[in-house]
Amino acid sequence: MTSVVDADSLLTIDIGSVNTRAILFDIVDGQYHFLAAGSAPSTWGAPFFDVGEGVHLAISRLQEITSRPLLGAENRLQIPTQPDGSGVDRLVVTLSAGKEVQMLVMGLLSEVSLESAQRLAASTYGKVVEAVGLNDMRRQDTQLDAVLQSGSEIVILAGGTEHGATRSVIKMVELLLLVLRALPSEKRPRVLYCGNAALAKKIQEVVGKYTEVQTAPNIRPGIDVEDLAPAAETLNRMIISLRGQQMSGLDLLEQISAAPVTLSAHAMGRLIRFLSELYDASKGVLGVDLGASSTTLAAGVGGKLHLNVFHPLGLGAGMEGLLKQIRPADLTRWLPMDISEEEVMDTLWQKTLYPAMLPLTGTTLAIELAAAREILRLATARMIERYPTLNLSFEPIFAGGAVFAQAASPAQALLALLDGLQPVGVTTFFIDPYGLMSALGAVAPANSILPVQILESGAFQNLGAVISPVSNARPGVPVLRVRLVFEDGNETRLEVKQGSIVPLPVRHGQAARIYLEGLRGTEIDPRRRTAGGFRIIGGVCGAWIDARGRPLVLSGDPGKRRETLLRWSQAVETRRPA
Amino acid sequence: MLAQVTHILGLTSIRRVRLLPVGGRVLVSPGQSVHASDAIAEADTAVRHLLLDVRRGLGLSRVDETHRAIVRKEGERVQEGDIIAETGGLFSRIVRAPVAGRIVTIAGGRVLLQVESRPLRVFAGISGVVSEIYPERGAAIESSGGLIQGAWGNGPFVGEGMLVVQLKSPDEEIKISQLEVSLRGSIVVAGYCSDAEVLRFAAQLPLRGLVLASMPSELIPVARGLDLPILLLEGFGRVAMNELAYRLLTTSDQRDASIFTAFNPAAGERPELFIPLPSIGQPAPETAYFAPNQTVRLQGEPYRGRIGTIGQVFPGLTVLPNGLRAPAAEVRLEQDTQVIVPLANLEVIV
Repeated sequence: MTSVVDADSLLTIDIGSVNTRAILFDIVDGQYHFLAAGSAPSTWGAPFFDVGEGVHLAISRLQEITSRPLLGAENRLQIPTQPDGSGVDRLVVTLSAGKEVQMLVMGLLSEVSLESAQRLAASTYGKVVEAVGLNDMRRQDTQLDAVLQSGSEIVILAGGTEHGATRSVIKMVELLLLVLRALPSEKRPRVLYCGNAALAKKIQEVVGKYTEVQTAPNIRPGIDVEDLAPAAETLNRMIISLRGQQMSGLDLLEQISAAPVTLSAHAMGRLIRFLSELYDASKGVLGVDLGASSTTLAAGVGGKLHLNVFHPLGLGAGMEGLLKQIRPADLTRWLPMDISEEEVMDTLWQKTLYPAMLPLTGTTLAIELAAAREILRLATARMIERYPTLNLSFEPIFAGGAVFAQAASPAQALLALLDGLQPVGVTTFFIDPYGLMSALGAVAPANSILPVQILESGAFQNLGAVISPVSNARPGVPVLRVRLVFEDGNETRLEVKQGSIVPLPVRHGQAARIYLEGLRGTEIDPRRRTAGGFRIIGGVCGAWIDARGRPLVLSGDPGKRRETLLRWSQAVETRRPA
Repeated sequence: MLAQVTHILGLTSIRRVRLLPVGGRVLVSPGQSVHASDAIAEADTAVRHLLLDVRRGLGLSRVDETHRAIVRKEGERVQEGDIIAETGGLFSRIVRAPVAGRIVTIAGGRVLLQVESRPLRVFAGISGVVSEIYPERGAAIESSGGLIQGAWGNGPFVGEGMLVVQLKSPDEEIKISQLEVSLRGSIVVAGYCSDAEVLRFAAQLPLRGLVLASMPSELIPVARGLDLPILLLEGFGRVAMNELAYRLLTTSDQRDASIFTAFNPAAGERPELFIPLPSIGQPAPETAYFAPNQTVRLQGEPYRGRIGTIGQVFPGLTVLPNGLRAPAAEVRLEQDTQVIVPLANLEVIV
C-alpha cells in the first residue's frame, strides 16, 4: 500500500448499492482538479456477487469520457501513471453497498452508555436488532433468546466511565459469553468493546477465545462526556472486514488502494468534520447524502462530528423505509398537481423494484422530489432527537444524491432541500453532482490539500445563499427589511413578508453586501451576528430570502396548498436573476 | 452498459441452488427427482432457552465447586426431572431439569438449556433433479421448461399445481366471482387485482399460487400476510401484463407448474413461475450488455410495461426530453413507434 501524500493523479471508486462511480482527480496548473466521473451498475449482488465487474465498467466509462487509458493489460488498473500518460498514481475506495449490518448494543444505563452505543451504531450502515442494558427488566434467559434470535453480526459493548464501574460491565460480559458459547462458531458476532478502558485487556482475552474482539477508547469516558470518533473508526474497519467476507473483489481493490477501504458515510463524515474546522465554528457544516438505500446526515461543529446514517431510507430500495414511517398524505402535500395518494404510493413502491429508474415525466419527477423532501424531513427530525443540542443553523450545507442532480432546474433542487431540511438563518447550499464528498473524505486524512483545492475548483455547484429568518408573524406581515449594496455602489431595498420566498437580485457569481433588519421580533440567525451586514455571493439560483416560517406549515386545503406550492415554485423559477 | 435481465422463456434449462442459512441435514441425494414443494434440507433453530443457576441451586459459593457437581456435559439431551447437578453426600442437594431440552453450554456455575427449537426447511422451489449436494447446507436442482420471472413476490413461498389462465386480455381485472371451487389446488394466472378479498379468498380456497400482472401497493401488507405464493409480473399500480408473458402463459394453460415467490434481488432470489417440460432447453444468460436488436421491457412512465426492441444504443450521454442527461437507447415499440429511453429504465428480456 502506498501513501496518497504527494500523489499527482488520483482515482476514487465509490461502490454504492445501485451504482459504482469512478472519479478522476489530477493536478492542473499546480492545483488539484476534478476531471471526470464514470458510472456503471454495481455488481456486488446477483448475478455477479463480485464488486470487480462494476468497478471495471465504471473505470471503462471514465476512460471513454476522458480518453485517458486507465486500464492496462488484462484490464488491470495501471498504477502509477505511465510515461505515456496512461494510468493513475493512486487509488482510493469507498463503499456503501451491502445489506445493513445487524448490531447488538450492550451497555449499562440506558440514558448513558447504552444511548452512546446506540448513537455509535446509528453512525453507520447498521440496524440495532437488540439492545441489552442494566435497566432491562427481562429475565436473563429471555434476554438470551432475544439476542440469539437477533442474528447480530457485530456487538457494541460499552459501559463504565473511566475509573468507574467494572462489576456491572463484567455482568454484561458474562451474558455475552453465554451467547457466544451457544452459537456455532461461524454465526458468532464480532465484538467491539468501547467501555471502561480498565477492562479492555481482560475482555480481549476472555471474549477473544470465542470471537474476534476489537477494542476502542471509551465512548462515554465521563457521565457527561461522549466521544464516538475513535470507536467509529474501529467500527468502520470492522464493517469493511465483514464486507470483505461477504463481497468478492473487495480484497483485491484493498491491495492496490493507497488507503484502507472506507465506508462512504464514514468518509463523508471525515470531510464534514474537516470542513467544520475551516468554517465558522459557531454555525457548523452539514453534509447530506440522499442515496438509493440510505440517507446520511453529517453535522460538523467546530471539529466535532455528529454522523447519522438512516438505513433503509432512500429513493431506491430504501424507499420502503420511508413508506413504512409516513402517511401517503405526507407525500401528496408536497405535490403542486392533483395526483391521487394511490398513484403516488404505487409509483414509489415501483421504484423499490427498479431503483435505478429515472423519472421521465413531470409527475414522476414531482413524486420523487416529494419523497426526497419527506426523507430529509424525517432524517433531520431523527438527527435532532439524537443530538438535541444541534440546531438547524449551518453554513454551508453540501448535498449529494441523484435526485438533486437530476432535478429539472437548480431552483427545484434548492426548494426541495429547503422544504426537507428547513434550515434557519444564513446558509449557502452546494450540490455535489458527481458524488465527490465521500471520495474527498477518504483522501482527507492523508492529503488535506486535495479536498480544499477541489472545493475551490467549482466541482461542487453553488446553488446560492438562503436567509431563513424565524418569525411568529402572520402571513403577509412584513418581517424583514433588506438592503443590498453591490460592488459598483448600486443599492436595492426590499421588504419581505411572512409566508413568502423571495429571490434577491444577485446574479451567479455576483458579490453584494447585505444588511438585514428583523421586524416584529424576527430572528435572522440564531448563531451568527448579522448586524452591520455581511457579504454574499450569488449561486446558480442567485440568493433567496425564505420567509415561509419554521416549521413550514402547509394548508390543509388541497387547492390552497397546491396554489401556494406553485406560487413558491414560480417565485424562484421565473424571478431567478439572469 | 450492463443491463438488468429478466427471463421470459418458453424453454430453457435452469439450475437453482437452495441452501440453509445455518448448518443442518440434507434430505436428498444426487440424481433424485424432487417436486417443487419437497424439503431438501432442514435444521433446528433454537427459539427458547432456560438458564439454570446451578451454583445458587446447590447453595455453593464457588464456580469450580459447582462445575464439579454438574453431572451432565454440553450437547447432552435431558428429560424433565433428570439430574443436572448434585453435591453428593448424606444430605445431597440436587438440581433437576425443569423441562426436557439440550444442554447448550455450562459456564460460570450456570447451565444453559435449549428447551424449544423450530425446524427450518428449504424447499426445492422447482420440480427437477438433484445435481449437486452442499453438505449440511442444501442442494442444486436442475430442470428444463418454461420460465417467467416476476418483478415482486410476497415471500419465500412455494406452490405447485396446474396452471389455470383466468384472463382474456392482458389488462383484465380479476373478480372474486372468478375464483371457483374447481380452482382449488391450481396456480391461477390473472391480470390486475385491486381487491384484498380476492387475495384472501384465493388463500382460503386454497390456490397453490397466484400470478398477477399487477396490483395496487396498498395490497402489499395483505399479500405478505398470506401463505399463498403471489407473484407480480409488472409491479404496483394498474399495469397490463406484458405481451411476451401473456403469450407464454395463455399457451401454457392447464400445464403443471411451480411458483416460488422469494424476493431478494441482491441475493439472486427473484420470484418465478416454472413450467417443467420434457424437452431439454439451453441455459439462458444471467447477464447482458445493452446492444441493438435486444428485446427490452420499459420501466417508468410514460412507457411502463411496454415491450420493444433496441434500435441503437447511443454513445455517451443523451439529453432526454425532460432535460436529463443519461446513457440512452432508441427503442422500437409496436407499430414502428420509436422512443428514446434511458438505459436505466430498460431491462433486457431473454
